[in-house]
Amino acid sequence: MTETLEKQHLAIETRDMHLFYGHFRAVKDVDLQVIPQKITAIIGPSGCGKSTVLRSFNRMNDFVPSFHMEGEVLFHGQNIYATDVDPVMVRQRIGMVFQKPNPFPKSIYDNVAWGARINGFKENMDDLVEQTLRQAALWDEVKDDLRKSGLSLSGGQQQRLCIARALAVKPEIILMDEPCSALDPIATLKIEDLMRELSEQYTIIIVTHNMQQAARASDHTAFFTMDEDRAGIMVEYGETNQIFTNPRDKRTEDYITGRFG
Amino acid sequence: MENQIVKQQVIRMESAEQLVIHKLRKRPRLGETFIQGFLFFCGAVSIFTTIGIVFELGKESLLFFQMPGVTLVEFLTKTEWQPTIGKFGVLSLINATLMTTLFAMLVALPLGLGAAIYLSEYATPRARSILKPVLEVLAGVPTVVYGFFALTTMTPLLRAIFGEQVQVYNTLSAGLVMGIMILPLVCSMSEDALSAVPRSLREAAYGLGATRLETAVQVVVPAALSGIIAAFILGVSRAVGETMIVALAAGSGPNFTFDPFQAAETMTGYIARISGGDVSYDTPDYNSIFAIGLLLFTSTLLLNVISRRLVARFREVYE
Ligand SMILES: Nc1ncnc2c1ncn2[C@@H]1O[C@H](COP(=O)(O)OP(=O)(O)OP(=O)(O)O)[C@@H](O)[C@H]1O
Ligand SMILES: [Mg+2]
Repeated sequence: MTETLEKQHLAIETRDMHLFYGHFRAVKDVDLQVIPQKITAIIGPSGCGKSTVLRSFNRMNDFVPSFHMEGEVLFHGQNIYATDVDPVMVRQRIGMVFQKPNPFPKSIYDNVAWGARINGFKENMDDLVEQTLRQAALWDEVKDDLRKSGLSLSGGQQQRLCIARALAVKPEIILMDEPCSALDPIATLKIEDLMRELSEQYTIIIVTHNMQQAARASDHTAFFTMDEDRAGIMVEYGETNQIFTNPRDKRTEDYITGRFG
Repeated sequence: MENQIVKQQVIRMESAEQLVIHKLRKRPRLGETFIQGFLFFCGAVSIFTTIGIVFELGKESLLFFQMPGVTLVEFLTKTEWQPTIGKFGVLSLINATLMTTLFAMLVALPLGLGAAIYLSEYATPRARSILKPVLEVLAGVPTVVYGFFALTTMTPLLRAIFGEQVQVYNTLSAGLVMGIMILPLVCSMSEDALSAVPRSLREAAYGLGATRLETAVQVVVPAALSGIIAAFILGVSRAVGETMIVALAAGSGPNFTFDPFQAAETMTGYIARISGGDVSYDTPDYNSIFAIGLLLFTSTLLLNVISRRLVARFREVYE
């Protein structure tokens, strides 16, 4: 599989990536190649470093004082951890949707418009808001009152608002950390449909605990687990179909069949 | 035979039950009762003191307003305050209080909020560990020291800048120094409000490519706004009630002026001067300080109530 991958242009590529919190090595030696305009799922047991890996893709870990990393994370061939790279610019291109919906205590309109505005969006804001809310499959539910607080929406609606907000910045990649864990099955399916649609334009990397979700909604899957020293390692990475039907590694098989111990 | 064993068991069970009942029985806890009573007493003392103060202020104020020539309308609308010759316009004192309060808040709000934003959004743990104690020291300085600081440092400084038009006693100097005194209060309350804004909100902003400044000013501060307003109002209430600094540096003698370089006596300054001097009981001067005290008490009480309300509302949104 690696041969086919390397021929393509990659959305994100990590090389010998090690992630640390202080002296604790949370993730070790990850070489991951994320294919553009596809959905890549990261699965694995709790604490194996999925969130840490995801957050290292847009330098969100910078806000953890003890965090540091070794290796490279390449975005368009450029190491985003190089000293001359502005993390703010990285985050404009690589957006994030969080586990818990976290709309701003502002109106629905401003929630969507804010990110675009601070990034210097000069065109018609009303159009942008409508367009991204439609993309996030939220428009019909909120179009009558965009002045309403984003916090007044239901959890599932809030999460779609957060997705719309991320889209409004026009990123290339959207990182999602368990975006459905606070949602009911129906809202979850809505978000999955949405991801499928968005993947035509965007690269999506999603962390999930939900095996079915990974199997259903992703094109590629990376399975992480914990090594003896508690450091997270990437055990297997490949097409979702292959990972779920014909895993190469015993540990992957045990995990996806629920025999993880 | 079997029967007997059963019987014995029953008896044993009964006695075990009795043992449990005995263990569960209420028993007197003298120490606890005593401490409970003592704690109630502590609470009661503060309540009765408050009631006493209100009662005394009300009673004496009533005496003041019953004096010949004193009317509530004149009290609240006239600008000249000379009780000895029958002029009872409290506005000159209120005006001076408002002036010093304004100057104080012009210092305390921007600096206090700025320091709070720095502490909660920018400071490294090391910088925090230095700045926090400094602010605490600032908060612990006795107000009489601030008063002398105003008189011997701030006023000469103002005179060096603005020249001789600055009088030795003036509201600007007192107000500015009062602002420094209130700064730690505004800072620590605002910082509490800012720190209470959930991390997830900051991450949301950073995740959209916002800078630290954009995040702090456009997301965190608005989210903490009611808490910040509460800090501001409490600061105002402190400034209105502050006595020592204005008594020492703002001037002694009512003066209705909007000139910050002139001396003017505040409500608190007046009360301090009259109650400290040898004015005899039941003169207009003496009685008037209770009316002014009541005015001060109600306005600061009102400000504190508003501030508490705002803080409570803020808590509701984010907890
Ligand atoms: N801010 C932090 N400081 C120190 N250690 C951390 C921090 N965040 C995470 N860790 C540690 O790093 C390891 C990986 O954590 P991470 O949150 O990435 O796991 P995860 O796979 O996302 O788990 P979950 O599925 O429960 O979300 C854990 O051992 C965790 O204790
Ligand atoms: Mg996680």
